[in-house]
Amino acid sequence: MALFLARRLGKGILVLLAIVVLNFFLIRLAPGDPALVMAGEAGAGDEIYVAQLREKFGLDQPLPLQLGLYLRSILSLDLGYSVRQQMPVGRLILDRLPATLLLTGTAFLISLTLGVALGALAARRAGRFADTAITALALLFYATPLFWVSLMAIIVFSVRLDWLPAFGFETVGGGYTGLARAVDIARHLVLPSLTLGLFFMAVYVRMTRASMLEVAGLDFVKTARAKGLREGTVQRRHVLRNALLPVVTLAGLQAGTLVGGAILTETVFAWPGIGRLMYEALLQRDYNLLLGVFVVSSAMVLLFNLVTDVIYRVVDPRIEAAS
Amino acid sequence: MRRGPLAAFLRHPGAVFGLLVLVLVVAAALLAPVLYPTSPWRMVQRPFVPPFTLDRVPLGTDALGRDIAAGLMHGAGVSLLVGLVSTLAALLIGVPIGALAGYFGGRIDDLLMRFTELFQTIPSFALAIVLVAILQPALSSLILAIALVSWPPVTRLVRGEVLSLRSREYVQAAVVTGQTTFTILRREILPNTLSPIVVLASLMVATAILLESSLSFLGLGDPNRMSWGFMVGAGRTVIRQAWWITAFPGLVILVTVLALNLIGEGLNDALNPRLSREGR
Repeated sequence: MALFLARRLGKGILVLLAIVVLNFFLIRLAPGDPALVMAGEAGAGDEIYVAQLREKFGLDQPLPLQLGLYLRSILSLDLGYSVRQQMPVGRLILDRLPATLLLTGTAFLISLTLGVALGALAARRAGRFADTAITALALLFYATPLFWVSLMAIIVFSVRLDWLPAFGFETVGGGYTGLARAVDIARHLVLPSLTLGLFFMAVYVRMTRASMLEVAGLDFVKTARAKGLREGTVQRRHVLRNALLPVVTLAGLQAGTLVGGAILTETVFAWPGIGRLMYEALLQRDYNLLLGVFVVSSAMVLLFNLVTDVIYRVVDPRIEAAS
Repeated sequence: MRRGPLAAFLRHPGAVFGLLVLVLVVAAALLAPVLYPTSPWRMVQRPFVPPFTLDRVPLGTDALGRDIAAGLMHGAGVSLLVGLVSTLAALLIGVPIGALAGYFGGRIDDLLMRFTELFQTIPSFALAIVLVAILQPALSSLILAIALVSWPPVTRLVRGEVLSLRSREYVQAAVVTGQTTFTILRREILPNTLSPIVVLASLMVATAILLESSLSFLGLGDPNRMSWGFMVGAGRTVIRQAWWITAFPGLVILVTVLALNLIGEGLNDALNPRLSREGR
């Protein structure tokens, strides 16, 4: 296990390095002088700061040396300064990170539970009405633009029915504390996390259904039935448990897409996370902030992949023998 | 017993529906310049005309008095173009890498697959945003960005197929007769990987259209082309007064993407009958 962890961690760090190098070249692809790009582009950066940047990143030095300096600053967790927002990029991202983790975490749990439950139901009723309905629903959600379904949810549940707040993280000036504040935040969380979760729910429904049907045809399931176990027990203990393995793998791979989805959902619902921050950086053409969010979200995905890998090995010890 | 692939495809009600929708979207794209010869950006009526009230603007107008029906028709072309070209570009990147990795195996395979994994790990939508923002919003940068984030599944698919075909006897025979690697890949191996690639490609067009609309929604679309995602984004701020400005373009995206997914499923059943029988 320790060796596995070390190897996996080493691989993660290599990938992160590759992403930072990619970032380095992306800054140079941006229109204009890299120093100005990092300072938040022409007009915004003041002369002294730009000169400092030039010095710090050795922009008059050969490219490999520049890359080295850039790597050093990223590795010391210095993502630069956003002149537009008058704050260090790292600080900006750190402030916004909890909101994004709350949103993506909730959406992930909702989509996984609902997706597995509906997928299992569809597989049990394969070919019958419930199956057709669930499969059709999954297909529909799979094709729905996330940003659009978010807007439609606002029209229906906020504007027409007035059930839930449409924007923000909590009521501004509400002055809530303790439990009341938690409830307020939870109410704001409902629409963004549900809409973000729907697409992923569709993915898990399809995967769970296919995987359960596949496992249901295997010999050990026939044995379980022949033993005289009740159908519900066979499905729960024998089929579902084994069918969940590919779903866990898929869930790990979905992390990147979840982050991408959060950019859209946070933008629509004015949710103050790093996705919204990315949109703000985009509007202001604040390339340094944009790339900072990009690096941090990539690192988040890497970390998540690492965690699912470890969970996977705990859930299914057979992997150890195979690798 | 054995039916032709076309019959198998047509037996799929979803696939037929998908095909009909696709024909309609293509027709809309082709007829847009004929039916709405003026620019879809032009103001034709007073702003905020609700849908189904004026015959001249059946779907109403947006906040600047632009005809929504005209926008939808003109947007069809952009969505199809970006969807198709970026998928082709992704195939151009993905197929060779996958073929080389699968054929040579060993170190080359290791190296190429590490590279592919890297691109699979990076959050693709975030990368697409960064790429378009840096290359400046234009049709070409949208296509390039979408292609760059969607090739890894192609590589994985082609690699797997090539890996299993490489050891077949007819391929060994081709090696013995002294054909070059390039010829073997092109004439013996790749044609046999075509049907799974076609299925994947049809699903990729759907994803690409979804990606394009998401990028345009964030304001990264080509500023000279009307697109569905842009229309949704433009109607966002007035959503309380005028639901139709965002509702219609989004619905069109949904139906088009759904149609392409259904076509993909139909193609899968028609071209890979063995796989589909296992699935149900």
